[in-house]
Amino acid sequence: MKIHEYQAKELFRKYSIPVPDGRIATTAAEARAIAEEIGGRVIVKAQIHAGGRGKGGGVKLAADANEAESLADQILGMTLVTHQTGPDGKVVGKVLVEAASNIESEMYIAFVLDRETSQLVIIASSEGGVEIEKVAAETPEKIFKTWVDPSVGLMSYQAREVCFALGLKGQAFKDGVKAITNLYRLYEGEDATLAEINPFIVTSEGNAMAIDAKVNLDDDAGYRQADHAELRDLTEEEPLETEAKKFGLNYIKLDGSVGCMVNGAGLAMATMDLIKLCGSEPANFLDVGGGASAEGVENAFKILMSDENVKCVLINIFGGIVRCDRVAQGVVEAIRNIGQIDVPIVVRLEGTNAAEGQAILEESGLDFHTVVGFQAAAQKAADLAGGD
Amino acid sequence: MAILLTDDTKAIVQGLGKEGQFHTERMLDYGTKLVGGVRPGKAGEDCLGLPAFNTVNDAVDATGANASIIFVPARFAKDAAIEAIDAELDLVVLITEGIPPIDMIKVKDKLKRSETHLIGPNCPGIITPGVGKLGILPVEIHTPGVAGVISRSGTLTYEVAAQLTAEGIGQSTCMGIGGDPIIGTKHRDALELFNDDPDTEIVILIGEIGGTDEELAAEFIRNHMTKPVVAFIAGSTAPPGKRMGHAGAIIAGGKGTAAEKKAALSDAGATVCDSPADVGATAKKVLDGL
Repeated sequence: MKIHEYQAKELFRKYSIPVPDGRIATTAAEARAIAEEIGGRVIVKAQIHAGGRGKGGGVKLAADANEAESLADQILGMTLVTHQTGPDGKVVGKVLVEAASNIESEMYIAFVLDRETSQLVIIASSEGGVEIEKVAAETPEKIFKTWVDPSVGLMSYQAREVCFALGLKGQAFKDGVKAITNLYRLYEGEDATLAEINPFIVTSEGNAMAIDAKVNLDDDAGYRQADHAELRDLTEEEPLETEAKKFGLNYIKLDGSVGCMVNGAGLAMATMDLIKLCGSEPANFLDVGGGASAEGVENAFKILMSDENVKCVLINIFGGIVRCDRVAQGVVEAIRNIGQIDVPIVVRLEGTNAAEGQAILEESGLDFHTVVGFQAAAQKAADLAGGD
Repeated sequence: MAILLTDDTKAIVQGLGKEGQFHTERMLDYGTKLVGGVRPGKAGEDCLGLPAFNTVNDAVDATGANASIIFVPARFAKDAAIEAIDAELDLVVLITEGIPPIDMIKVKDKLKRSETHLIGPNCPGIITPGVGKLGILPVEIHTPGVAGVISRSGTLTYEVAAQLTAEGIGQSTCMGIGGDPIIGTKHRDALELFNDDPDTEIVILIGEIGGTDEELAAEFIRNHMTKPVVAFIAGSTAPPGKRMGHAGAIIAGGKGTAAEKKAALSDAGATVCDSPADVGATAKKVLDGL
């Protein structure tokens, strides 16, 4: 789960990682009040779940409270398009108003799960304020990495190593060691999947702090992180995906015209791939889960059909423990409950009790295209959707 | 012979709730040697004809078990897996889905310092056709034979196994290694086991977007593999930055794409199928050419 910068900074405060004084505003008047309280120059930062906000015009420096008010007025309600938002962009509903810092130098510090070693890795670079992927590709020698041994946790010497590698000195060195140690505590304590400071800065006064904050949280750890639920911002998520989650369905909207309903994530991806090879494009990823109950299928249909790009539905079920006759019954019941589906439905049932399942579909009197074989089913669906 | 799950495997079940019992019955029906269950505080009771024990160690002492299959809920999975590793079992199959990565880091660390093979988590398990299964895979689509199957997916594994069986190619051992970012046995580890297994003549590797496990497998194929490998990578059409159902199936920072993985495997000498519908037929062609 992604959270906003201002929420990540609240977590930073909880773990004593230094951040600038700042608060969140939803109106220009609020922004003005916060700027007056802080005094002096402030930064007004759009709060959306995407990087590249500065380049898109969502981060502005204000000389005083007057300017903060007018900048907040511009930014609030704007549609911010960045390289991470997609072409439609995202509407800004909140701005963070924060004391401006005198930046001497910018660095990058992050804790990430390294899948290859199955350990946490600290990634640090003296090149901050830019995309770390770009630094890694162009100047890999400027990236420093050290891994956390799970049996002992982060050692102080590792935090010092990072700060030496970043060239920190004096108070900034002390601040750096503390920030890294506490960022690790945050990662473990909050069940994060990413904890990133970009940039971590040294000020002209000689201290160091986090100017930006990005924290992703683990959805699977929700049972032991009860207060994380309120950090979720549903306006940042695709409404159909949120709706699907309520029913235990895994749905991701895409741009094509073949609606897919599949059991299992791997087979669902493979089905999308095959539709493309057959000359069309998938409208979505949808895993109805191992169970594929009548209720699940009905909810899946409702979600698929609310995407008006869908010209054909392909149901691809590989029965294992789940019997195909049960799934077929579920499909028939779902369509009867919904009443009418306006696009052709291609069904491919394979595995346990596939023949019994086919018979149920045929006897239902409903209009299905039942197809035998993975390839043939995908081709039929692609043809009925009329290419892309 | 086969790999990991053989005639010598004697397994216990950790987590005999509704789901655990359902699958235990099916494992027993298939002839899998299950010798007990772990139910803390219920030692001496009986479940589906299996004796219950308080701890994994007690079960091992009483039955000589050398393997375990775990169905416990995610919040108890770290404890259950480490209990099995500490009991020095040869094979642990962790079916549970949704285990926080912070927990799996600890399990994996324990695992590295042991001799145990862990399969999973978030996986369908392992089947050695004709010998037994530790998992939730359907048995009807499998038949004994020469193909080893490794996959990060569940139902896509079934799809591929069914294609192989339809082509008259049986399987030595078929395993789903799981869709999470941190898993016990990786593609590379399974390839090594199949390479050393006299019953296996060809290996089918089913990967998907996310991580670099397929690239590491490609390295192994290039340098060590003496048997042909047929591969498919799911997720060519997956958008970047989105988790495709599996926690580990995500293209992050432009890395982990299907195209990269296919290229790495192909360069290493594997036969890569573009279509998931062609895996069985391709395996047949490769085997006929041997």
